[in-house]
Amino acid sequence: MLKRLFKDFRWSVIPVPGRVLGIVFFFSLFIFPLITADRYTLLVLAFANIYVIFAVSWDLLSGYTGQVNFGHALFFGVGAYGSALLYKYLGWPPGVTIPLGALIATGIGLITCLPALRLRGPYLSLLTMSFPLILMGIVNSIPSVTGGSYGIYGLPRIAGSRLAEYYIILIVMTLSVLIMWKLTDAGSKYVRTGLIFHAIREDEIAARATGINTIRYKILAFAIGGLFAGIAGGFYAHILTVASPAILSLTMSFQAILWAIFGGIVSIYGPVVGVYILYPLVESLAGVRGIGEYRFLIMAVLVIVILLFMPEGVAVWIRNKIERECPRCKLPNAAWRKECRACSASLH
Amino acid sequence: MIQSIAILTLVNGSVYALLAAGMSLIFGVGRMINLAHTAFFVLAGYGMYYFMRGLSWGAVPTITVTVIGVTIAGLLAYRLLINRVRQHQQAVLLITVALAMAIQEILLAIFGEFYRSSPVLVPGVREILGTRVENQYLVIIGVAVAILVILSLLLAKTKLGTAIRATANDAEIASLMGISVPRTLMITMGIATGLAAVAAVLVGSIWIIYPMIWMQPLAMVLVIVVLGGLGSIKGSFIGAYVIALVEVLAVRFVPSGAYMAMPLMLLVLVVVLVVRPGGLFGIVLEEERL
Repeated sequence: MLKRLFKDFRWSVIPVPGRVLGIVFFFSLFIFPLITADRYTLLVLAFANIYVIFAVSWDLLSGYTGQVNFGHALFFGVGAYGSALLYKYLGWPPGVTIPLGALIATGIGLITCLPALRLRGPYLSLLTMSFPLILMGIVNSIPSVTGGSYGIYGLPRIAGSRLAEYYIILIVMTLSVLIMWKLTDAGSKYVRTGLIFHAIREDEIAARATGINTIRYKILAFAIGGLFAGIAGGFYAHILTVASPAILSLTMSFQAILWAIFGGIVSIYGPVVGVYILYPLVESLAGVRGIGEYRFLIMAVLVIVILLFMPEGVAVWIRNKIERECPRCKLPNAAWRKECRACSASLH
Repeated sequence: MIQSIAILTLVNGSVYALLAAGMSLIFGVGRMINLAHTAFFVLAGYGMYYFMRGLSWGAVPTITVTVIGVTIAGLLAYRLLINRVRQHQQAVLLITVALAMAIQEILLAIFGEFYRSSPVLVPGVREILGTRVENQYLVIIGVAVAILVILSLLLAKTKLGTAIRATANDAEIASLMGISVPRTLMITMGIATGLAAVAAVLVGSIWIIYPMIWMQPLAMVLVIVVLGGLGSIKGSFIGAYVIALVEVLAVRFVPSGAYMAMPLMLLVLVVVLVVRPGGLFGIVLEEERL
């Protein structure tokens, strides 16, 4: 087992620069508190990790299966409110309510995808956009249960210190990203979902013609997307200790799309890069005198400019610079190699 | 009671119809969802406010400068930004959201987070069927209906309209017939932003504007466009009045209606889409059908 892991690491991670970068990135996140234990920095990174789960789950649903969802905040909000309401009425600890909230979000994902299965393209996007807004209206109109526009506050923290919170969320984020990455891996020998999701996006009719029950896999994509976005929402509510209607707003839904597309969709690592560039940037600009007020303007201009030069997203652009796919065996190679590391076909 | 509901429905519906027609047009011709559409509407609203309140210009120069200025802004945005990423559908979404955010932040930096409104263009009140109706409302309804009639005549009768409809049908074949597709797209974008600017000019004195307001009408316009069927001007026209009616009724009759108006409208949308997946008047092309 350990020997196989080492072999994998030696022969399929070290030669591919993108994978090395990914491992270095996660490793440095784990040792980051050694560099600084500043509570505010840790809090920003904890939020960044929550948003990573949120944006990656959007990528799984919308990037991979092509069901472009404009209302991903629905799952986030249901996760947050589900967890908060369970605490408010039953007094259960976050360790129980967050998974239950995520399960409720999964259920909501299953329900909302029923009308969505009949639609495609922009109709689907705009239908899904409407769901969080419907829920927001309901939340606002029954303040006795949901706290109205103030939300439910005074939720318990998930751990005593910021450091413990940071590590819990980091571990959850790493596991979630790993699971979603494996589920969408088209070359995997063990799970077929990745290949099928790709097939549904590229040509749904052809996928159906080859005997894939596309409806079932679309429902599955909605459920997985809802589950992980719900987990993110639950953690968000318990870090902020508030579940308020703002998390159901259009801004929240658009933010997931912004991060994911900025990093590069259909890649899983794209949204991670997108969140980790944009979110800490905006947060760190907030404290700078004279620039703080213009931070969203700076972000918008940055997104526009970068998109003009890298329309496929930052992460995908970087990957294409440092890696080259072998024309014969389709294995990724470092861009500076002259011939493929496996089949020694010329890369030029 | 009934009269005031009807008047409010017609006023709101007319504004929504102007906005939705532009949105629907640009989607139909370019297959692009322009999420910055209502940001141009807000921009024009601030233009009205600034020229009339800040510089105390008259109504005619203000309207001329605002409509032309915003249309040029829309054309520039299309030419410099959207056109370059037109091949990537996600990039269009993102770039228009970013553009809307940029407009919002610029307005926020210049005008601050205060609620503004511009002066009434046509003062006075008159009696119709036993209710007092402000003249401005009548102007709004009249101008909106006139513009939409002109728009549909333009699309149906002129050479430009034929070019726009041909591009909407099949851009490749249209370009084989000698129609310049990029030029048609650009003209369409100009018409769409122009309509948004006109909507803002009409409604500037009765709606309150602030930099963040673009999201509310955007959701509304998207609902209307989808309800009527993407790419169908007639559909968005009817959808606008249906949605306006639902909104007015919800605010008046449903408890905590201000909050429930949006959910009820969206509920109408969900029901329509479940029954008719292409919207009320949408055209589902053969290769786009599931």
